[in-house]
Amino acid sequence: MSINPDLQGRSYPAVEVYDVGREKIREFAKAVKASHPAHFDVEAAKALGYSDLVGPPTFAIIVAQRADAQLIEDPDSGIDFSRVVHADQRFTHHRPIVAGDQLIAELHVDGVRAMGGGAMITTRAEISAVLGDNQREKVATTTSSILVRGEGQ
Amino acid sequence: MSPTIAELEVGQEIASRSIAVTRQDLVRYAGASGDFNPIHWNEAFATSVELPGVIAHGMFTMGSAVQLVTDWAGDPAAVVDYQTRFTKPVVVADTTGTAGAGAVIDVTGVVGALDADAGTARIDLTVVAAGQKVLMKCQAVVKLS
Repeated sequence: MSINPDLQGRSYPAVEVYDVGREKIREFAKAVKASHPAHFDVEAAKALGYSDLVGPPTFAIIVAQRADAQLIEDPDSGIDFSRVVHADQRFTHHRPIVAGDQLIAELHVDGVRAMGGGAMITTRAEISAVLGDNQREKVATTTSSILVRGEGQ
Repeated sequence: MSPTIAELEVGQEIASRSIAVTRQDLVRYAGASGDFNPIHWNEAFATSVELPGVIAHGMFTMGSAVQLVTDWAGDPAAVVDYQTRFTKPVVVADTTGTAGAGAVIDVTGVVGALDADAGTARIDLTVVAAGQKVLMKCQAVVKLS
């Protein structure tokens, strides 16, 4: 099955709220071999001026890849996950992610380009914190390109 | 003591380190991140899709490489922008039951650009495994005082 060229310009609304927990920040920090105390010790994070534990610079990937899953698992997309290779990634932080944040991500498909028998797909996740009263605060913008390898690639 | 813009020069090396990686690290990253693609933990599956073996998550490499910058800056949230391209896979050998690493990732950070008005330094990371650059255009923009 080939990649649906009409994916370009499509967007997937923010559906699920991701609750950022202290133990998840600690677990993720250990997994990327981070040792800064602001990931582990609430007092150390507060001493730097944060309300709670701070996520490592790539923590937002958890939320971004959940948003990407909506596209990859969309039967209409034609993407075979076992042939997906991560080509590039960028994080732009508008403010730090801290424990206690409730995050949502809106996914945009910014580009679809045929490459050999496969395709390069660029997505952007706009990640915001839910503040109550339907207020949202911009937290991070992540962009990601995946190469879906064609047969024999 | 956190670095300040005034004391930095373009081209200056900020730090370097080697990161030892095992299959267990990849399983831990899979669980922590939610990325359970079997190319990162199952040899038979990885080779069946024409990979040389089990490979590290690109995001594991990107996420662990930036720790050099975080530790240097003294504040993890000082990294306001971070990007890379994934050019070569990091193949991680199975060393289960031994003290050996399955791969070693060498990271070096150099000041790539300074923006005094924005109060930021761009740190360019060179990330090498098995003699090959595995990340390209790996750049972290750091907010400094």
